[in-house]
Amino acid sequence: MEYFAQQLINGVTLGSIYGLIAIGYTMVYGIVGMINFAHGDVFMVGGFLALIAWLALTAMGVTAVPVALALVLVLAMAFTALYGWTVERLAYRPLRGSFRLAPLISAIGMSILLQNAVQVAQGPRVKPLPPVVPGNFFQSEGAGGFVVAISNVQVIIVATTLVLMVAFSLLVAKTPLGRAQRACEQDRKMASLLGIDVDRTISLTFVMGAALASVAGLMYLLYYGVVDFYIGFVAGVKAFTAAVLGGIGSLPGAMIGGLLIGLIETFWSAYFSAEYKDVAAFSILIVVLIFMPSGLLGRPEVEKV
Amino acid sequence: MSRGHPDAPTLPDDVLLRVERLTMRFGGLVAVNAVSFDVRRGEITALIGPNGAGKTTVFNCITGFYKPTVGRLTLNRGDQSFLLERLRDHEISRRAGIARTFQNIRLFGGMTVLENLLVAQHAPLMKASGMTVLGVLRFPGFAKAERAAIEKAKGWLERIGLIDRADDPAADLPYGDQRRLEIARAMCTDPVVLCLDEPAAGLNPSESADLNALLRSIRAEDGVAVLLIEHDMSVVMEISDHVVVLDYGRLICDGTPALVREDPKVIAAYLGVDDEEVEQVEREIEERAS
Amino acid sequence: MSARAAGGAAFAEALRDAGVAGLITLGLAAPMLGLVTVTKPEGLKLDPHWPRVAVAVAIVFVGRLILNLTIWKPGRPPKTLVKPKLEARLSKLAKLLAPAAILFAIALPFLPGVERYAVDLGILVLTYVMLGWGLNIVVGLAGLLDLGYVAFYAVGAYSYALLAQHFGLGFWACLPLAGILAAFWGVLLGFPVLRLRGDYLAIVTLAFGEIIRLVLLNWYWVTGGPNGITGIPRPSFFGLEFKAGPDGFAATFGLPFSGLHRIIFLYYLILALALITNYVVIRLRRLPIGRAWEALREDEIACRSLGINTVNTKLTAFALGAMFAGFAGSFFATRQGFISPESFVFMESALILAIVVLGGMGSQFGVAVAALVMIGGFELFREFKDYRLIVFGAVMVLIMVWRPRGLVSTRSPTVFLKEKKAISGSLVQEGQG
Ligand SMILES: Nc1ncnc2c1ncn2[C@@H]1O[C@H](COP(=O)(O)OP(=O)(O)O)[C@@H](O)[C@H]1O
Ligand SMILES: [Mg+2]
Repeated sequence: MEYFAQQLINGVTLGSIYGLIAIGYTMVYGIVGMINFAHGDVFMVGGFLALIAWLALTAMGVTAVPVALALVLVLAMAFTALYGWTVERLAYRPLRGSFRLAPLISAIGMSILLQNAVQVAQGPRVKPLPPVVPGNFFQSEGAGGFVVAISNVQVIIVATTLVLMVAFSLLVAKTPLGRAQRACEQDRKMASLLGIDVDRTISLTFVMGAALASVAGLMYLLYYGVVDFYIGFVAGVKAFTAAVLGGIGSLPGAMIGGLLIGLIETFWSAYFSAEYKDVAAFSILIVVLIFMPSGLLGRPEVEKV
Repeated sequence: MSRGHPDAPTLPDDVLLRVERLTMRFGGLVAVNAVSFDVRRGEITALIGPNGAGKTTVFNCITGFYKPTVGRLTLNRGDQSFLLERLRDHEISRRAGIARTFQNIRLFGGMTVLENLLVAQHAPLMKASGMTVLGVLRFPGFAKAERAAIEKAKGWLERIGLIDRADDPAADLPYGDQRRLEIARAMCTDPVVLCLDEPAAGLNPSESADLNALLRSIRAEDGVAVLLIEHDMSVVMEISDHVVVLDYGRLICDGTPALVREDPKVIAAYLGVDDEEVEQVEREIEERAS
Repeated sequence: MSARAAGGAAFAEALRDAGVAGLITLGLAAPMLGLVTVTKPEGLKLDPHWPRVAVAVAIVFVGRLILNLTIWKPGRPPKTLVKPKLEARLSKLAKLLAPAAILFAIALPFLPGVERYAVDLGILVLTYVMLGWGLNIVVGLAGLLDLGYVAFYAVGAYSYALLAQHFGLGFWACLPLAGILAAFWGVLLGFPVLRLRGDYLAIVTLAFGEIIRLVLLNWYWVTGGPNGITGIPRPSFFGLEFKAGPDGFAATFGLPFSGLHRIIFLYYLILALALITNYVVIRLRRLPIGRAWEALREDEIACRSLGINTVNTKLTAFALGAMFAGFAGSFFATRQGFISPESFVFMESALILAIVVLGGMGSQFGVAVAALVMIGGFELFREFKDYRLIVFGAVMVLIMVWRPRGLVSTRSPTVFLKEKKAISGSLVQEGQG
């Protein structure tokens, strides 16, 4: 029972990180209808930028952890957002409205570019960071002597994710930007005729997605204590899986999909075998899509004849 | 050859397609409500009704794109009968012999006009290519079958006057030509019933006249029954043998053009829709009367 | 306004634009290039590298300024990147170039100055040409987006390796088996998922590719896990092995033994396999099945109304594409003599897909050129190590921006009455799946 509870906590933490990345995929897919393959790498860049910001702040003598973390969060979001913006501007905007596979290939190219640019710039080694926020928030010893613990990092991750989720849902539901996004999603041409700056809206979508991915990067760094140039691929694929699982285009779907993938992965590793955790996640994706072709919360696609 | 469904009802010889109590629901919306009518051999049957009446939905049920919520659709090919609701969409064309066109033209735009007509002869050509294996190995049987298919396509291209454009991409054709090509493509599947969804929509008067001639020749020369959705009353009155009127998913009238024209329910249905159409119907009725 | 004033305004605008680009580069580069994380005895620390940042900013600023003043000058004619006439000439050229290229490929090992390295490179390029041609069936003709193609390549490679290891079967017996097994897996995956549309199919095939790789990685007792399988038998020349002894290939034909013999044999083997693939794909396009694939890519609903069984048609495309990957996989295994899951990562699928799309979907010639440019170019710049991958990614982006429909973007009709006219790519649909 304690073991189960512990896995549940770990799964939710991991799921939060996937969910944050998945939102970027889902928003971009919703608005431009493309798989932003480079998004996983934007997440990786976010992790690096968070690490660099943290190291720079410590070097400058900012040692109060909450202050430093808040600053890192802001800095990482800002700089990663710039990356997101640039990727869209260079690799996707020139291809808008063109052949559907072109942006996909260009995205794959961008992903290779980012991965290797970071590798060359920062070196191929894994970057370890000693625990920034040590200690447990909650701890209880069960009957069998097994300890259930919620670490402070886990609390930070889940809380930050929740806050950001709520904030972004409000942003999309209530603000003019959100309205513009939804309008572009429905009908880009009509939206532009009605005076919505489509380019700007799409750019901002990429910026938002990248900012959230950088938060996920920071969380990843805090949780695992390492980043390297290769984390983007696996995390990206799983986050995209999460987005599809939840129903692509739906923000709550992305979060639920993220949580599901996190939980499946954690429980599978805990009860079956860690080696096959990704196999489990991918198999469930395939099964869900076969039986619910538009994901859990996605709108079913009506075939118009 | 495939056998029909043994438990299909036996229809009178002259009835080709019988639609019985056809109902189609989309969630709460009843798009088609207990509609029954017959399509008879050698006739042009028109299916008319205001926009949203459920005409296209009836077509989609007949051609297998939708599974009817309730209803029985029987096709009588003489020696064998089929229950259409049990066939999958591609079997309806191949086994039951029902071909169709679409309200918004669905040609293979990036393929040539000729290629469009060859794709329509997929089933016999596939058989001739020995399910591809013999074709890859260049067995002579396939070349012969392909020549025959090209001849058939040429015949149709001559009939619709597009023989000179055979090697052009279908998307490059003007709208009216695309409509006729779509009909020719459907005819290349060797159907017994041809279902046309608003074939005259967007045509100019001369194209419309050509279309009427084409449909008449399909009825007369090919002996293919036509089921036609049409808004243009002049076309309907001129060429159809039998008219079925739908309104809000219900069948409100079924009979000869003369009968339908006089039916107060039909007039009311159009009166209740929008002014433009009403005026058009009234004008048409006057014209016929005088 | 005088011309000079207008020129001045244009220059100011160009300058401003370049300045903005430089600033953005500064934002991108300052943390990533300027502050390098290094592990020191006392933990992770930052090393400043400001000159790199300055160089990056300068390159972008100057480059952008020059571009703004030259090809991006305001008022330049609207960019029709490649004119239709040129396009038509290119596709004519392709018709002439293709036989020449095949002749060149046949002669390559015996051309003066061709060393072992060139033949090896030729083998590599041809492997990707074959994979590209195989995937072209699925993506180019049938319009199904497959992001897990490498899984079938892996199935082929492991089939051969395992069959050879456990049953002592030779390469020639395994080659068809590997193809059949790969096709079988293609059907197995395809059957449930081919009703999915668009990007869902893409993600499912990607997931499938990863599943296969992870199983190969973790199923130690069968696949050897990350260590892979070694000692895979090399192919024989119809029973004659390439070895130094008296019953070897060289001795039988009275030649002095040379290690190059096997390489040249492998080269011709893959050339033959690739040409067979090409022949079959070209044939298939002209058969009803091939036309049905293209029709499916254009409009699936219309296909169903014409009596085409779309599920079977897609499945055939998937299975045939997988089969050619299986052949290529068993060739790969026999060539390397060693395989491990590392050779079958997603990047490979992406690379093959990129070759197909960059080449121009559906065009056999374009695919071959793309494979040559991508793989050959990539190998030629071996010394540049990691930098070449950066350039590789950038080139993918640039080619797509330059020619979104690939190098050969026209479609050539499969049959004609009077005259065969190339169909402009803009009319051709790209498929739902
Ligand atoms: N796939 C579908 N899902 C939901 N509603 C549909 C669907 N197809 C048709 N309808 C609805 O059914 C009604 C009849 O439509 P339709 O058959 O296209 O009318 P018509 O062809 O007579 O103009 C309309 O209200 C339409 O919105
Ligand atoms: Mg309609």
